[in-house]
Amino acid sequence: MKKFALSLALVALTASAQLACAGDITGKVTLKGTPPPEKSIAFDDTCSKLHPTVSTTRHYVVGADNGLANVFVYISKGLEGKKFPANTQAAEINQQGCNYEPYVSGVTVGQPLAIKNSDPVMHNIHALPKADGNTEFNFAQPSPGDVNDTKWVASIKSPEVMVKLKCDVHPWMFAYVGVQDDPFFAITDKDGNFKISGLPAGKYTLTAYHLKAHGANPGETQDITVADSPVTANFTVEVPAH
Amino acid sequence: MKSSSQTNWLKPYAVFTALATFVLVCIGGLVTSHEAGMTVPDWPTSCGYNMFFFPISKWVGGIFFEHLHRLAASGVGLLTTILMVWLLKSRTAPKWLRVLGVIAFFGVVAQGVLGGLRVILLKDQLGVFHAALAQLFLVLMCAIALFQTDFWRNLPIHAQTDTHRFRPLFIFTTTLVFGQLALGATMRHQHAGLSIPDFPAAYGKIWPATDPAAISRYNQNRMEVIGYNPITAFQVELQMVHRLVALLIFVAVGICCWRARRLLGPGHLLTRFTYVWSGLVMVQIFLGAATIWTGKSADIATAHVACGALCLVTGAMASIIACRLLSAQSESYVTTARGRVAKNELATLLPSSSISKS
Repeated sequence: MKKFALSLALVALTASAQLACAGDITGKVTLKGTPPPEKSIAFDDTCSKLHPTVSTTRHYVVGADNGLANVFVYISKGLEGKKFPANTQAAEINQQGCNYEPYVSGVTVGQPLAIKNSDPVMHNIHALPKADGNTEFNFAQPSPGDVNDTKWVASIKSPEVMVKLKCDVHPWMFAYVGVQDDPFFAITDKDGNFKISGLPAGKYTLTAYHLKAHGANPGETQDITVADSPVTANFTVEVPAH
Repeated sequence: MKSSSQTNWLKPYAVFTALATFVLVCIGGLVTSHEAGMTVPDWPTSCGYNMFFFPISKWVGGIFFEHLHRLAASGVGLLTTILMVWLLKSRTAPKWLRVLGVIAFFGVVAQGVLGGLRVILLKDQLGVFHAALAQLFLVLMCAIALFQTDFWRNLPIHAQTDTHRFRPLFIFTTTLVFGQLALGATMRHQHAGLSIPDFPAAYGKIWPATDPAAISRYNQNRMEVIGYNPITAFQVELQMVHRLVALLIFVAVGICCWRARRLLGPGHLLTRFTYVWSGLVMVQIFLGAATIWTGKSADIATAHVACGALCLVTGAMASIIACRLLSAQSESYVTTARGRVAKNELATLLPSSSISKS
């Protein structure tokens, strides 16, 4: 009897574990080819004190095994007509050492984005969306500790891949935010890995978009089917021909 | 105040105001060259401060150029206002000159409002109008300064017949220069950096490809340090038109110079203007190329703006002087500051090098 109950418990545990992972998409984006060299950023006097190490542009951040960072991976087809509640937890973008962190991030429509200034110097935050329904904005954050989590959500109301943020005071500062109607997106880490969780069962098109490699092109796509077990989707992004 | 001392001080004051306007145009050029136009998001305040009390400690990065531009603009606004009042109160200034002073006042006000609205409405197009109007305003201030000088007063009116149609030639060429400046302003306010990174070729070709695949390739291969907007086909084509118009201007100013030298004589006043004009155009073409070769270095790009302004002013002044000096029809008498003088006695009034045989 005890053995039967133990076996039953084990089966139930395994089944529940499998259900928790169903709807997970994991994968890696790798870069094929040699990207152009990144360029050094010449900080002004004030920022060079805040950022004493050499800094370069971040167009291609390549990690272990040619893993490509900062790729925006999202569901481009399969969720039409489905509505998801906006994520109420604010995402954050920080201005530190006269640079934006992170360089690429993602939010859902209606999700607050806390824009923070951690520098003892003024920055302005100038958003340049292109999609209909999204409004350009520009405001100053003169002091360290300034946080604004209302401007973004008041101005960005439509999905867009990607909205550019820049600082005009320090023109080398720019970052990108992907905006989606649904929460099923991810940004690859420094080694090109990503994970999207909780996707309902169904057939989808997964897109991996890299700003510099793809530009105006839509990105790499893969058709996937989400059922009872996790899905693995790897992408290869090629450096464009010169 | 005695009218003679008013006249004495009004001339250098008008010249000073014109020079201050040129400096303002250069500072405005620095703002756009450093992509600093939006560094101060509010107007007429500066980051919440009264513009004149914005702490110097906060003039960091691009704010330095934008705020300096606002202060300089305020200064030129004050100088222009004083000039207008001075002209209105002057007993010797003719009515048309007083009207020009009033136009200058409204011009500088319009410029200030355009610049402010560009910032608070986030409209790049207003930046283009602001830049173009700045050039016209500079021409107006230089013209007002010219009209105060003894040189202008002593210039004989319609001393020669414009048999060779120098007036329409100068006016046409000056208009071409203004069109080129407007093209340049449109290019600069795209905020896309260099749409073509090489010169004299364009992406290695005589005429670059502008299909979507090519444009995508240009953007993908550009490793920009500044947060520029993506390059578009329109911007590539705009730069090519800018290059072609530069060539046209080189030819047109060259024709002005050649015809003036051949038909008016090498020492004629207008010929000497065309020498300066030709020199400025050649420097301008070099600066345009250098802007590309240096990857749009802010200082070189600003020098290109400044030299463009000087090309426009030189052409405008030459056109104005040509309209005063040359007449459409043959006249027996000319009007000078000393009254009407028979044409055949004109040589006794002017240095022999300034007027050639007509």
